[in-house]
Amino acid sequence: MAVSKDKIRNFCIIAHIDHGKSTLADRLLEKTKSVALREMTAKLLDKMDLERERGITIKAHAVKLNYLAEDGEEYILNLIDTPGHVDFNYEVSRSLAACEGAVLIVDASQGVEAQTLANTYLALDHNLEIVPVINKIDLPSAEPDRVAAEVEEVIGLDCMDAPRVSAKTGANIEQVLESIVKNVPAPEANDDLPPRALIFDSVYDSYKGVIVYVRVKEGKIKPGDTMRMMATGAEFTIVETGYMRATLPEPCDELTAGEVGYITASIKTVSDARVGDTVTIAENPASEPLPGYRKVNPMVFCGVYPADGADYENLRDALEKLQLNDAALTYEPETSGALGFGFRCGFLGLLHLEIIQERLEREYDLDLVTTIPSVVYKIHLTDGSMVEIDNPTHYPDPAHIDFCEEPFTDAHIYSPAEYVGAIMDLCQERRGIFKNMDYITPDRVDIHYELPLNEIIYDFFDSLKSRTRGYASFDYEISDYRRSNLVKLDVLLNGDLIDALSFIIHNDKARGKSRKIAEKLKDNIPRQMFEIPIQVAIGGKVIARETVKAMRKDVLAKCYGGDITRKKKLLEKQKEGKKRMRHFGTVEVPQEAFMAVLKLDDND
Amino acid sequence: MIMTNSQKPIGLYLHIPFCKGKCPYCDFYSVAPQKGVTDSYVAALCKKIDEENRVYDTVYFGGGTPSLLGADNVALILSHIRRTPDCEVTLECNPSDTGGINSVFDFEKAAKGGVNRISLGLQSADNSERKSLGRRGGCDDVKRAIARAKAAGIENVSLDLMLGIPNQTKESLLNSVEFCKNSGATHVSAYILKIEEGTFFHKKRESLALPDDDETSELYLAAVNALEEAGFIQYEISNFAKSGFESRHNLKYWHCEEYLGIGAAAHSFADGKRFYYERNIDGFINGKPPVDDGEGGDEEEYIMLALRLSEGLIFKNFENRYGKKVPDCILKKADFLQKHNLVAVDGKRIALTKQGFLLSNAVICELLANYG
Repeated sequence: MAVSKDKIRNFCIIAHIDHGKSTLADRLLEKTKSVALREMTAKLLDKMDLERERGITIKAHAVKLNYLAEDGEEYILNLIDTPGHVDFNYEVSRSLAACEGAVLIVDASQGVEAQTLANTYLALDHNLEIVPVINKIDLPSAEPDRVAAEVEEVIGLDCMDAPRVSAKTGANIEQVLESIVKNVPAPEANDDLPPRALIFDSVYDSYKGVIVYVRVKEGKIKPGDTMRMMATGAEFTIVETGYMRATLPEPCDELTAGEVGYITASIKTVSDARVGDTVTIAENPASEPLPGYRKVNPMVFCGVYPADGADYENLRDALEKLQLNDAALTYEPETSGALGFGFRCGFLGLLHLEIIQERLEREYDLDLVTTIPSVVYKIHLTDGSMVEIDNPTHYPDPAHIDFCEEPFTDAHIYSPAEYVGAIMDLCQERRGIFKNMDYITPDRVDIHYELPLNEIIYDFFDSLKSRTRGYASFDYEISDYRRSNLVKLDVLLNGDLIDALSFIIHNDKARGKSRKIAEKLKDNIPRQMFEIPIQVAIGGKVIARETVKAMRKDVLAKCYGGDITRKKKLLEKQKEGKKRMRHFGTVEVPQEAFMAVLKLDDND
Repeated sequence: MIMTNSQKPIGLYLHIPFCKGKCPYCDFYSVAPQKGVTDSYVAALCKKIDEENRVYDTVYFGGGTPSLLGADNVALILSHIRRTPDCEVTLECNPSDTGGINSVFDFEKAAKGGVNRISLGLQSADNSERKSLGRRGGCDDVKRAIARAKAAGIENVSLDLMLGIPNQTKESLLNSVEFCKNSGATHVSAYILKIEEGTFFHKKRESLALPDDDETSELYLAAVNALEEAGFIQYEISNFAKSGFESRHNLKYWHCEEYLGIGAAAHSFADGKRFYYERNIDGFINGKPPVDDGEGGDEEEYIMLALRLSEGLIFKNFENRYGKKVPDCILKKADFLQKHNLVAVDGKRIALTKQGFLLSNAVICELLANYG
């Protein structure tokens, strides 16, 4: 069924988190009768439970819709749903690169937020036609006119004719479809050029191997062709091409320029079909790949250990499976004296970390201990060399360090003006450097800070939310590395170094943090048969100390005939309890004590 | 007489589950005595003893309140029990029932029947502390009971003391020890009060002025020292005796030797098996068989029990019994614990120190951590 290319509209939906992206996408599916009503579950496109729960789209999704427009013509609408978090900025940018237009959703009560702007600028960077939509007009607090004016003022988009809709109730959804048809340009497409297709997502399927989602820019791609990944050079014979439908894939004979579809080719892992790479056909290769590919490097690292050492193999299998579907996840085995065998994992950001952790725990039923997240530090040694450290364990002897550098970010916080003081306090505490502040509207501000990445990977977002009663939004990108006075904190129990609790911190914060760690450990380590000194040290110098006093009494005073079985059971239970403890030399530390230190935050 | 494998004498425990009142800290099985029930119960005990047809070298009437049976019943039961000539026969006695001014308990008859040791629940020489424990009678009753027993020829007298009673002070505890010293007792059991679930104390534990762990530990160590000064040598975590007056029956438990328990809620370790009768008087009277409680007497159990004793785990005894040496993993742990003064090790034994006794659960667990 060849459709005229001028009837194709490739678009994505961009929005700040919670502004209703997935709900609108669902409505579009419904209106175009892409899904039978009975098949509708809330937020159809968010396929993972986790996505539904958190209300965040983690993976890009794509779906082909047929729409009979008011002009009587049938249009093909390719909707590409983008991930909704700064951690996945690169994936967002690739999804945008696959489109000609973007539907920008703005919440009729919240107005313009951090990611509204960030995503809009990203879309404009890709020369996309922006179709603004004011959503949630059903809310009692909705002010569509005010928000429309705000969008015009802040972003400079004409919102006169912007559809005002409720994705929840379905009101005015046709207007969105009409606006897409009218405003988003048809793709410029030439079927005769050597094929080039942009990979904007890839998903591992245990039957078909990797399903590669592509936007064909030029040429044609069909089963039997040899596809070549232009960045990695990997080649595969195409087994199937097709279109993504809402419920089932629809195989097709070929994908032609301007179209969005999928390719399968018995590809074993998604790292062979990386987002951003260009697919060409070996028999008629393009000379240049499409612009914009880069390998995504993990920014945040932490140790991931099974709570029960026996689960090590299961953890490895689980990571292997997750990596099939997540090229940004890295892992390599590491050993900790404290935690045993585990993996050093790399993530795009803290959300990515949390998602992986949750998926490991839920989908693979693993009980995990994760160490304090770390960023990548550049340590310049006195001999002139430089090492990159993502694990405090590898921190060199301070005597050999000339200077250290840590990654900084450019961060924007958008908030009602009344919280400026609270936000600036927070950023100041986090070693932020104030750049400037703009009033977007008389009562909304954009506060621009430079913040060290290691200060925001942990609990910054939660603190921001709690200090602004949830009203502030936040967006950042890595800017550069800067010289910094860093030190490594070590925790010693009974004189033994606990490697899993070591971390790198700015010198100014070392003392305060050390005291908190020592106190937390003291409160969470049960008394044992002898006194346990807790020390927190920099190099050899102890800067905080506490003591867990010796236990005084643990005795079953009576043990006669009938008590022997009971005593035996008690002993077994006590032995079991011992096994669940982490052993450090002679000290036993319950998992909870670990977690308490690892989860130490601003409120402690 | 039929010769059975039961000819080697073992211990016999008889549970007498009757009490006039329930002490608020006690979780032993007991009910209020009723004439008909008591008689049927005694008859059931005798019948069971006859069926077992074994020889015993220790007999222990525990409860409950065995003295409630009266000396006639005690003598009747003993007449069914085949005993070695030197058999130790202990009767737990309530001080007010046996030492009260109007008490009619006949120690002569009991002694004639075979009783040669009594155990009295003193708990405290401070009458207000006794009251808070719900004990009937006072110190005078204890004194009279001892005097009457001795007059009947029962020289071996044990007193129970309790540590960690609400409002107890070191001073009042030392007074109680002093009482034991002057009472003519040969044996003292000093237990740290444990608040057991299902007891009245457990229900109102929040409002009890209980000493904390640190204070209780101080009380324990003070009691151990004072008792030893008074000539009661510690031979188990909670037990002290004048030389030669250690409870032979109770030592069977800690030496992992066999004993038969008869009566509701009585536990047995016989012919390698552990089993017990349910906490059900009617069930016992009606001949309901005991409940299986698995194998007994393995190495771990032996070690766990031996370590409760001051003599500790004697390597030679272990080797004789199990035909192998005490595992290295235990010796290694013992060396480590010795550094913290929790055990003492020499070439012959591992024994817990007094500090070690206070932490005995943790210490024994640590010693056995890598075993089995």
